[in-house]
Amino acid sequence: MPLTPERLQDAYRQMLVIRRFEETIRSLYQQGKIRGSFHPCVGQEATAVGGCWALRKDDYLTCTYRGHGQAIAKGLSVRAAMAEMLGKATGCSKGKGGSMHFTDPSVGLLGANAIVAGGVPHAAGAALASQLQKKDNVAIAYFGEGAVNQGVFLESLNLAVLWKLPLILVCENNLYSEMSPSHETTSVVETYKRAAGFGFESMRIDGNDIEAVYNAVEQAVARARAGGGPTYIEAMTYRLWGHMIGDPEIYRTKEEVAQARENEPIVRCGRRLLELGYTADDLARLDGEAESVIADALQFADSSPVPQPADAFTDVFI
Amino acid sequence: MPNITYAQALNEALREEMKVDPRVFLMGEDIGHHGGIFRVTKDLIDEFGAERVRDTPISESGFVGIGIGAAMAGLRPVVELLFMDFALVAADQIVNQAAKLRYMSGGTVSIPMVVRAQQGGGRGNGAQHSQSFETWFAQVPGLIVVAPSTPADAKGLLKSSIRAGNPVIFIEHKLLYNTKGDVPEGEYSIPIGKAEIKRDGRDITIVSYSRALLFALEAAETLAQRGIEAEVIDLRTIEPLDMDTILESVKGTGRLLVVHEAHSNCGLGAEIIARVYEQAPDRLIMPPRRLGAKHVPIPVAEALEDAVLPQPSDIVNIVEAMF
Repeated sequence: MPLTPERLQDAYRQMLVIRRFEETIRSLYQQGKIRGSFHPCVGQEATAVGGCWALRKDDYLTCTYRGHGQAIAKGLSVRAAMAEMLGKATGCSKGKGGSMHFTDPSVGLLGANAIVAGGVPHAAGAALASQLQKKDNVAIAYFGEGAVNQGVFLESLNLAVLWKLPLILVCENNLYSEMSPSHETTSVVETYKRAAGFGFESMRIDGNDIEAVYNAVEQAVARARAGGGPTYIEAMTYRLWGHMIGDPEIYRTKEEVAQARENEPIVRCGRRLLELGYTADDLARLDGEAESVIADALQFADSSPVPQPADAFTDVFI
Repeated sequence: MPNITYAQALNEALREEMKVDPRVFLMGEDIGHHGGIFRVTKDLIDEFGAERVRDTPISESGFVGIGIGAAMAGLRPVVELLFMDFALVAADQIVNQAAKLRYMSGGTVSIPMVVRAQQGGGRGNGAQHSQSFETWFAQVPGLIVVAPSTPADAKGLLKSSIRAGNPVIFIEHKLLYNTKGDVPEGEYSIPIGKAEIKRDGRDITIVSYSRALLFALEAAETLAQRGIEAEVIDLRTIEPLDMDTILESVKGTGRLLVVHEAHSNCGLGAEIIARVYEQAPDRLIMPPRRLGAKHVPIPVAEALEDAVLPQPSDIVNIVEAMF
């Protein structure tokens, strides 16, 4: 199904929901209402929405601690996500997972992961399950370019090609691995070339162009569903905020970030919608709708109960 | 009852579970046509095909992680590691992932996966192929740890482990594979979390498991000739621990020795003794003892390895000193 102008408009609103979600979380975090760490995905909304909207609900997804956007784009309830951030019993993990572990298998989300590259083999395993059961579901794993030096990542690449798994790997290359520029930590920074070395169909795309992301993932999904094996997509993007709240960002200049803001996915998608005949009022209306989704989620989370201490002792085993 | 080896008993368990449950599949190095280095998966590829008896590269993190993903997506993988020592290569996937994903998801996903491996020393395999890690795994909430000592227990516990619906670390011992024992015909399983008294006695309780259990039984025979009747408990499951059986036995004997091949330092012996003191301090008539490997890596030469690992004679000596 192509990304028609109408769906593009919906995708724009979805990106805004994710953006407003992260902005709200930052504000709550700064008010001390959120525990632990928060790794925002601001600036990377096109990879999340473009990729996840090319999937079916019963396709599998694993992502990372910077994966709020992907989780929401795949269908995780924004209410359940917000409640989880606030440690409420109504959160997607009942307050046991928090910011880095959004999970909802009912929409195919097998989990965000707080170990870099830790969730990549899980997507490969879900793809294997689909293949063994002769189903046509595919699996997609999101990770940053900081993951490509992890052993388990490289092991997963080998197995995915060897077993011709219905797997799509999406590398969100945002140029920084935690607080280090990736060219200082990685021998071949064009990560898609590494994947090609493993035998992957691989490519590098503009990850801030939601249509480019959608089209690339859609083709990869079609190929995987037809038994054609895995695809590696390196989507070039930019982390507009730091690695986490509190990151002093000494590794880059304010000018660099300002320049990146002109090329960020929501601004670009807005421009594209204007080209397609939508008006500035239309865009403002979509933003207002996104704001309403967040306001509703916040209201839900705020009014939800906290878990009981006894709940700490459930959900270890079935 | 057929008298078969421990390896054959495991093979039967795998075959039977694969027959009744199409979700069960196997992954591991050389498990296909080679049948596994200890022959546990012998001929299974002929019956179930290469898709369900899946050879892997030497890539423990990768295929344990793939097992986790397949389990979350509804299958029941049984993953074989050649040596338990290699579990450390996959430690993130076992400890940070398999053990915690269900909890971190608020119970919305489950990981019905068994990781099987043989461990232990006694055949000169050296320090990277002879370790015993049950206590490491038992320390991690979210993992079930079993370590059967007999062919019948091995078969029954492997079947229960595959059906458990949770991550299970299934510990075999390289020197148990060729041991023989009677295995019931027909369908049966051994419940997880239940110890078994393998020998009755009134004078002392010896708690053990896996290969060390055979040493405890051997020592008990020697002790009997010297007038000491030892009750020998086979834990069978390390986590969850069957304290009831231990406490009940100690109530009768008043003496306790815990024997395991794993290093004694911070080991299961310490845990069991602590729990006995916490839960029933008045049952012991003298201080309990523990016996495990001495605190050095496991050496190769026989004289050295024997000096490090617990021997039946060590058990006899400790017990005699308790009377």
